[in-house]
Amino acid sequence: MITYLLKRLLEMIPTLFGITIISFFIIQLAPGKPTDVLADLNPKMTPEARERLTKYYNLDKPIHVQYLMWLKRVVKLDFGDSFSTDRRPVWTKIKERLSITILINSLALVLIFAIAIPIGVSSAVHQYSLYDKITTMLVFIGFAIPTFWLALLLMILFGVNLHWLPVSGLKSLGYENLSIMGKIWDSVSHLILPVTLEAFGGLAGISRYMRSNMLEVIRQDYITTARAKGLSERKVIYKHALRNALLPVITLLGLSIPGLIGGSVIFENIFGIPGMGQLFYQSVMMRDYPVIMGILTIGAILTLLGNMLADIGYALTDPRIRAR
Amino acid sequence: MYRTSHIAYRVLHILLPFITFLITAANCAKIDKEANAAQLTNNSTAPAAYGDTLVEGTIGEPSVLIPMLAGDSASQNVASLVINGLVKYDKDLTLVGDLAESWDISKNGLVITFYLKKGVKWTDGVEFTADDVMFGYKTIINEKTPTAYSEDYKQVKKAEVIDRYTFRITYEKPFAPALGSWGNLIVLPKHLLEGKDITKSELGRHPIGMGRFKFLKWTPGQDVVLEANPGYFEGRPYIDRYIYRVIPDPATMFLELKAGGIDWMGLTPIQYTRQANTAYLEKNFKKYRYPVPAYTYMGLNLCLRRETKTGKCIEKHPWFGDKRVRQAIAYAIDKHEIVDGVLFGLGSPATGPYVPNTWPYNPNVKKYDYNPEKAKELLADAGWKDTGIELPHWLPSLFGRMLKWAGWNIKDGVLDKDGRSFEFTILTNQGNTVRINTAVIIQRRLEAVGIKINVRILEWSTFINEFIDKRRFEAVILGWGLGLDPDQYDIWHSGKTKEKEFNFVSYNNPEVDALLEKGRRTFDMEERKKAYFRIHEILADELPYIFLYVPDATPIVHARFKGIDPAPLIGMGYNIDKWYVPAGQQKHKITQ
Amino acid sequence: MTVSSQQSEVRSLKYIFWRRFKKNRLAVFGGVIVFILFTVAILAPFIAPHGPDVIDVKHVLEPPSLQHPFGTDDLGRDILSRVIYGSRISLAVGFVAVGIATIAGIIFGALSGYYGRWADTVIMRFVDIMLAIPTFFLILAVIAMLEPGIWNIMIVIGLTSWMGVARLVRAEFLSLKEREFVLAARALGASDFRIIFRHILPNAMSPVLVSAVLGIAGAVLVESALSFLGIGVQPPTASWGNILTIGKDNIEIAWWISVFPGIAIFITVLAYNLLGEGIRDSIDPRLKI
Repeated sequence: MITYLLKRLLEMIPTLFGITIISFFIIQLAPGKPTDVLADLNPKMTPEARERLTKYYNLDKPIHVQYLMWLKRVVKLDFGDSFSTDRRPVWTKIKERLSITILINSLALVLIFAIAIPIGVSSAVHQYSLYDKITTMLVFIGFAIPTFWLALLLMILFGVNLHWLPVSGLKSLGYENLSIMGKIWDSVSHLILPVTLEAFGGLAGISRYMRSNMLEVIRQDYITTARAKGLSERKVIYKHALRNALLPVITLLGLSIPGLIGGSVIFENIFGIPGMGQLFYQSVMMRDYPVIMGILTIGAILTLLGNMLADIGYALTDPRIRAR
Repeated sequence: MYRTSHIAYRVLHILLPFITFLITAANCAKIDKEANAAQLTNNSTAPAAYGDTLVEGTIGEPSVLIPMLAGDSASQNVASLVINGLVKYDKDLTLVGDLAESWDISKNGLVITFYLKKGVKWTDGVEFTADDVMFGYKTIINEKTPTAYSEDYKQVKKAEVIDRYTFRITYEKPFAPALGSWGNLIVLPKHLLEGKDITKSELGRHPIGMGRFKFLKWTPGQDVVLEANPGYFEGRPYIDRYIYRVIPDPATMFLELKAGGIDWMGLTPIQYTRQANTAYLEKNFKKYRYPVPAYTYMGLNLCLRRETKTGKCIEKHPWFGDKRVRQAIAYAIDKHEIVDGVLFGLGSPATGPYVPNTWPYNPNVKKYDYNPEKAKELLADAGWKDTGIELPHWLPSLFGRMLKWAGWNIKDGVLDKDGRSFEFTILTNQGNTVRINTAVIIQRRLEAVGIKINVRILEWSTFINEFIDKRRFEAVILGWGLGLDPDQYDIWHSGKTKEKEFNFVSYNNPEVDALLEKGRRTFDMEERKKAYFRIHEILADELPYIFLYVPDATPIVHARFKGIDPAPLIGMGYNIDKWYVPAGQQKHKITQ
Repeated sequence: MTVSSQQSEVRSLKYIFWRRFKKNRLAVFGGVIVFILFTVAILAPFIAPHGPDVIDVKHVLEPPSLQHPFGTDDLGRDILSRVIYGSRISLAVGFVAVGIATIAGIIFGALSGYYGRWADTVIMRFVDIMLAIPTFFLILAVIAMLEPGIWNIMIVIGLTSWMGVARLVRAEFLSLKEREFVLAARALGASDFRIIFRHILPNAMSPVLVSAVLGIAGAVLVESALSFLGIGVQPPTASWGNILTIGKDNIEIAWWISVFPGIAIFITVLAYNLLGEGIRDSIDPRLKI
């Protein structure tokens, strides 16, 4: 088991390199040099000032040297300073928004799995029934409907007309003055709409996957055997079929981890949530390369971690792998 | 089937307690917001009272709160509440003292001596003195400071601190915009910034000023909170708190306005005319409308090739360099259609670089009413005809386009000359629906006279850096926000064509150059007026830009705020410290 | 009689597939919708009542009427015509992007699965790397760096969605590689290239087909999202995504601008998904008829 873990960790390293190379490469795609953006602040920038900036950002050295120097700093989590007017360290800007995005996405993920798995299982068990068809439809509505549209409609309904929930943002005006209970409810009420909508959109994937896995497993011989042995249908489904069908779904859980930090750009814009998606979009629009690189790299690292966790989870639950 | 009910049972078991918990929490936490909403009256003579919070919505977040470092309007808006200039414009557009009690200008106009108010304190308790003005001036002209606003201050020959409250500046040559330029927010707290690198200063995120409001807190991505400065030298503002709330999406912002999450926002023309007229909004909010010193235009690149170092034009653009073509384009566009269709009537057509009803605006310049026939005539004069093979009309247009792409000359409704079709690209910036729609309307109108247009939308910083600054464009739709001094030297002078300078269309007219110099070097209002009138006349005839329209500002504020008095061109923020909410109508109480 | 009954037991795979597919009503429904969408897109100039770019400043933001069944937008343009022309964009982006993704995925997957060992390791590592970067962010970054435009979108979506196909193809190759027909072909002296493309690949296509159909739905959603954000198809060209942008800003006074393109996207995505799932259910050899 330990050797398995170590092997996975070692395999991660070249992948990590590959990711950083690709991120770096993407930035180079952009027309113009990064100093052009900085010079935007000062239309009177003299050639000497430009020279100084170029040296500071090592833009005069060949590409592979630039990459290595960047890499050296990244290992220390120093992604440099943002190119936008506020010049703050990239890591600070990312940190501010990371927790929000992770919170919302984790909650949505939990909700998705909590709903999608039962739906998937029951659809499979009652394949082709009315229940199956209805849930398929519902789940696809969630997948295919433009989320911002639904978001705005629900905002209008719950926020403006009924005043049950706040329209946007993360906290209300008098937040500091609320009691503990008040604070909790305030935060929760701000999160209800974004989390629910995000979950609604993500149900389709997991539930369909669960359903098809379940279908596959139910057709297996050992299920027929279990039934022939006289076990109750309930035991057959939940104790035998489900466990086996669940395994690939756990892998999906691990693969969903990069989604955790990839906050939806559209969503965060509409709900005014200061998350990673919004930061990424703004940085891309402003050609704020240090931030872009930082986010892509961190996203990639988290993905690899997620994959590893998924593999561990898989190994823990599937004895065949452990035996290797 | 019992299986489904089994699942349902399990789910309920978990969810039910959770939901109960939430509902209990909700009931314990009613924020006392709406208690007084029902008591809104239209009684504007209700006595002034202290209290309440004003929440303004903004799409862009401020980037840095040191005015000279910030290029964006969000930063400037917040900074202007926290810090003041030496002078300011009042509602009649005259300059009055702000931090300066009074001033003397020498007979020849070259020396201004400011006498500062005494006893004005920075919010950390230290007194504001002439040293702070000197420090600000030195910083802004320093080459190392990344600022776009230093040009006006580089005209100064000598700056001196005469005594604690007296600051004197001497100019090289008479400079008419001089006095107004000291209304900009350039003073800095010397005791906090001396010897430090201004770009790394904490003051960018936690400013210290002496203004109406005092900085309290900035939650990145969410809001900036200011509170009334109790020691403000003109008296503490009535409103307790001002919150600048970041909501990136205008549709969401409008919903927040209706739900009570913000009190003040700028409406788009569609919002103002079509969305903000429900009964609820009419009763609880007030819409305002006033002209702003700004205009939108289509700039045509007058130059084909430039000298790289000086930016001087070596070869004129064969199409746009011809005045007849520019005038034809102006005749082909229906400005009223744009004002009606895109601005919904909230603006007026522009005829030149000045705003109507201001003193440099010349009402008797050449105007270009919508006249497509005249446009076609002018284009024909300039040598443009639709020549080529005439294809039978039953053939689909795709066929003709393919042939054209292969190099054949087809008679297809698009004018051509010297073997080239009259086709060009208009660039404009993303996120501005009004400009984008303007471009689309212009496209259609020009197509009707035989000019083919492609519209391309670019993100702002790419637009400026890659295309404007490097002069790589054919036509652009942009706007200028003008200061209150009519000097537009930087935009029109033929010397200002280097990379990144503002004469990016490469306009070159020696008479205009002379008039621009004259206008800024004399203090005689009549002389200045004559010069600017003549400039307006020339520009309206030569059309280096196709001047399109002057928009109105259309903000909306919650009706409980009294004392709002918008002045044309100045706006409404100038007296924000005098706004108040009558005692019975206040919505937010700050409990200590 | 025994001979003929034996003969009637042998059915071609295609026949089995069709019978099962026809039974699945949802899948057939999906297929029919896809066909209709196709027709609408191709016949757009003949179906649309007005041009998609005809501006009419006097009829701005009008609700659905006989003249404008889907209403008009903020420049007076007919929404129905714009939605019809928008289907062309969605169709084009879907097919080209998925085409690119499928070709790339087949090549990588085939090479990886057939040659195994270091080719497999290298390619799969590359797949892992590409999968590690959040896809939408990647697309966003690349599109914004280059200029937005329909060709760039198609290429970028294609180049970021091939990984799933590659994995599928690889899995198929791994299992098919050792079968007798492959050994036979090799014994006969067939080149690797011929074996891969002529023998193994045709048998590996079924999951690829499913993935492609489902991929079109995904591509349509991504294009809509990009156009909605303003970095997809540029105005004045109509795309469902950029009609929705106008719809969002006028959502309370002009519901028709958001509803109709939204429904169009929904139906398209739904149809392709049902079709794809139907194909998958019908092809799966392990499910009994």
